[in-house]
Amino acid sequence: MAVKPRIKLDKKEAKKGDVVEVKALVSHVMETGQRRDAAGNIVPRKILNKFTCTIAGKQVFAADFETAVSANPYIQFKFKAEQSGPVVLTWTDDDGSTIVGEETITVT
Amino acid sequence: MTPTFNRRQTLALGAGAMSVAVLGPLPGLAKNDSEEAIKKFTGGKTPVQGKIKLDLPEIAENGNTVPMTVTVESPMTEQSHVTDVLIVADENPRSGVVTFHFSPASGVAEANTRIRLAATQDVIAVAKMNDGSFFMSSKQVKVTIGGCGG
Repeated sequence: MAVKPRIKLDKKEAKKGDVVEVKALVSHVMETGQRRDAAGNIVPRKILNKFTCTIAGKQVFAADFETAVSANPYIQFKFKAEQSGPVVLTWTDDDGSTIVGEETITVT
Repeated sequence: MTPTFNRRQTLALGAGAMSVAVLGPLPGLAKNDSEEAIKKFTGGKTPVQGKIKLDLPEIAENGNTVPMTVTVESPMTEQSHVTDVLIVADENPRSGVVTFHFSPASGVAEANTRIRLAATQDVIAVAKMNDGSFFMSSKQVKVTIGGCGG
């Protein structure tokens, strides 16, 4: 599924030690597995259960989502700029597929 | 004299009956496994109140998407930082909401996401520090429309 997450860094160039804020939004149904369809059958659970953020290969932030995270999950967090490199955001689906988004941070 | 209802009384009766239907089971009976989830997270330790700021609206008009910000007071250095923050909701069909994993590279232990709340309830945050101590904080959110397919 070619879902393109929307990612925004509050600054793309930062001084070493600056705190950078990341905002990311991805479209996903986040089906809880507790709803029933019109025929009365339970709609199977399908959520993004894991989110990670790595910068230049090092994990700085992660989150485990449960069913109580809203549809089209939005996440906002911060990191301390240490080195330049790709900021890779990965969401893992219940079915094992992943949604990956990437931005670049330049640290001076 | 036969009891007659004017329009206003009839409407009031209808609204009363509806609110009973919507409220469903009495609050306090529908507790889920949030306490066990916290125990599992802390390994049986009792968390200390404080250090965490949970920013949630007092009243959520739509329980399907309630913005939530968690901030933990911590210098976030290698020596002293927050490692994990567990968020649970005690009246949702399932207690787990989200777990954040921080690292010293986070700079600030702060995260924001949007959550589902099925009913008026307490949202509880438990933070785990790198030295093995635990802190907790909770906040009640009044929900007017439930968020779990309700």
